Amino acid sequence: MLSFAFKRLLAAIPTLLVLITLAFFMMRLAPGGPFDLEKPVPPEVRANLDAAYGLDKPLIVQYASYLGDVLQGDLGPSFQYVDYTVNELIAQGFPVSLKLGFSAMIVAVFFGSIFGMIAAMRQNSATDYGVMTVAMTGISIPNFVVAPLLILVFAVAFGWLPAGGWNGGAWQNMVLPVIALALPQVAYVARIMRGSMIEILRSNYLRTARAKGLPMRQVILRHALKPAFLPVLSYLGPATAGIITGSVVMEQIFSIPGLGRFFVQGALNRDYTLVLGVVIFYGALIIAFNFLVDLLYSVLDPKVRAQ
Amino acid sequence: MLLAVNNLDVRFTTEDGIVQAVNGLNFSLDAGATLGIVGESGSGKSQTALAIMGLLASNGEVSGSIQFKGEELVGVGQRRMNSIRGAHIGMIFQDPMTSLNPYLKVSTQMAEVLVRHRGMGKREAVQESIKMLDAVRIPDAKSRILRYPHEFSGGMRQRVMIAMTLLTRPELLIADEPTTALDVTVQAQILDLLSDLRDEFGVAIVMITHDLGVVADVCDEVLVLYGGQIMEQADARTLFKGPTHPYTRGLLDSIPSLDSDHQSELVAIPGNPPDLLHLPPGCPFEARCAWRHDPCPTHRPVLEAVETAQHRRACHASVAEVRPS
Repeated sequence: MLSFAFKRLLAAIPTLLVLITLAFFMMRLAPGGPFDLEKPVPPEVRANLDAAYGLDKPLIVQYASYLGDVLQGDLGPSFQYVDYTVNELIAQGFPVSLKLGFSAMIVAVFFGSIFGMIAAMRQNSATDYGVMTVAMTGISIPNFVVAPLLILVFAVAFGWLPAGGWNGGAWQNMVLPVIALALPQVAYVARIMRGSMIEILRSNYLRTARAKGLPMRQVILRHALKPAFLPVLSYLGPATAGIITGSVVMEQIFSIPGLGRFFVQGALNRDYTLVLGVVIFYGALIIAFNFLVDLLYSVLDPKVRAQ
Repeated sequence: MLLAVNNLDVRFTTEDGIVQAVNGLNFSLDAGATLGIVGESGSGKSQTALAIMGLLASNGEVSGSIQFKGEELVGVGQRRMNSIRGAHIGMIFQDPMTSLNPYLKVSTQMAEVLVRHRGMGKREAVQESIKMLDAVRIPDAKSRILRYPHEFSGGMRQRVMIAMTLLTRPELLIADEPTTALDVTVQAQILDLLSDLRDEFGVAIVMITHDLGVVADVCDEVLVLYGGQIMEQADARTLFKGPTHPYTRGLLDSIPSLDSDHQSELVAIPGNPPDLLHLPPGCPFEARCAWRHDPCPTHRPVLEAVETAQHRRACHASVAEVRPS
């Protein structure tokens, strides 16, 4: 178990290295630079700036020195947010994105699992088709459409909830963005849950459980829930990372001071270090969540544990 | 009389039409007796067992009567059925590899039966389960019970299944091909174990199998099923000594014998099992039968006593014709 965890962590190092390298050179390939403004700065000032940030050195030298900094955990200074390091900006934005994304994921897993289970147990009934139609709709409608609609109804028309802002993460401010973020995920989880539950319900060991005279409730809760949840769990790793990183658009719409804002701003301003920093951070996050899911998997599945 | 099945029909509604899996089945079983139900795949033997357990697939439908200790089981509610199965009727299945829940410890899976039906606490239930694992001769039961099913061999898993089913001392045990998925040497051990347990616990057994060797080993009475109908019914000895139905003869003749010389080919019954979607109006075995007569394709033969009331057959050909000389 411990050696498994160790091996997985070791395997993450080359992945991250490839990510850093690709991101670094792709960023530099993009036309323009951090100091290309509408009103060009005088060449002497520009030369000073380039020298200060090391942009005058050959690309490969810049890469090497950046890599060295990253390995020491230093993502460098931001080009646009003067006086801020990228580390500071991430430390500022990440807790907000994390709280938002995590809440959305909890909502998605809870409702998605319940809907999927209900649909599976009433397979091919009106309930099943109803739930699955709603789920398909949830997947098909992008959340940048859902979000303004939610604002229109609950903030503008009824005035029940604020239309945006963070307010230190008060629940009123979180409701709408969490719903908008969770909706497609509810649908995905429900579909996965339904599929795996139908399979489990047909399994021999579930028939055994019923032959033992256990009431249906206990058959489902004790014998079917855990195996049916495993495929959902495998989906959760990348999905949680995705929802935390992918809330870029939602953060814009609801004006939430999360990490996504820095990503978009940084890319537009060619804020090299900021974009690279966020990309590396996201990459590490995805690896971490996949790792976490693998660990959980081995806790839930005795066969995996044995290997 | 422990179990009385009368006029049992099992039908499945499918996209292609109605599948008649079991057709007017009649049989009964006394306490402590062993009944073999023999037939090839699709003969309706497993569906008969599932009908008794109330575990048919959701598109299945039962009519007729299944009386267990005088109580009608057809049409009884789930709640009542849940207090009968597991407690008074137990069932073990063909594939011990997949019939135990791979995600739960054996102790959990066994103890929950006693918690449910005997109202025991978890601790007491586990102690009781260990005793039962000892009874089915699982070595070192005390520590093995804390393991997961994949840590047991096929034969051991089937022992676990049997032990789990016997925990509540059911009056009736339905064994659906309990040895089919096992190695030959293990098969014999499991059959011996079942015979011993039957004597020890006085449990009646319905043994469903396609293997006549199994029948010869453990059964008192035998039903031979084909196309969801009884072809022949007799005590095991009579059936093996003097089969009077062409299908029973076919089954017995197709057992390879060590005495026959090496050159002789294996005997098989020609043709395929009937299409249950379109059962012929006459005898279901007619198309494959070597003793075919005029009424066979159109008139379904009725089950009639042969020499004794216990030996019955459904065939238009005369006993003298079919019985081997």
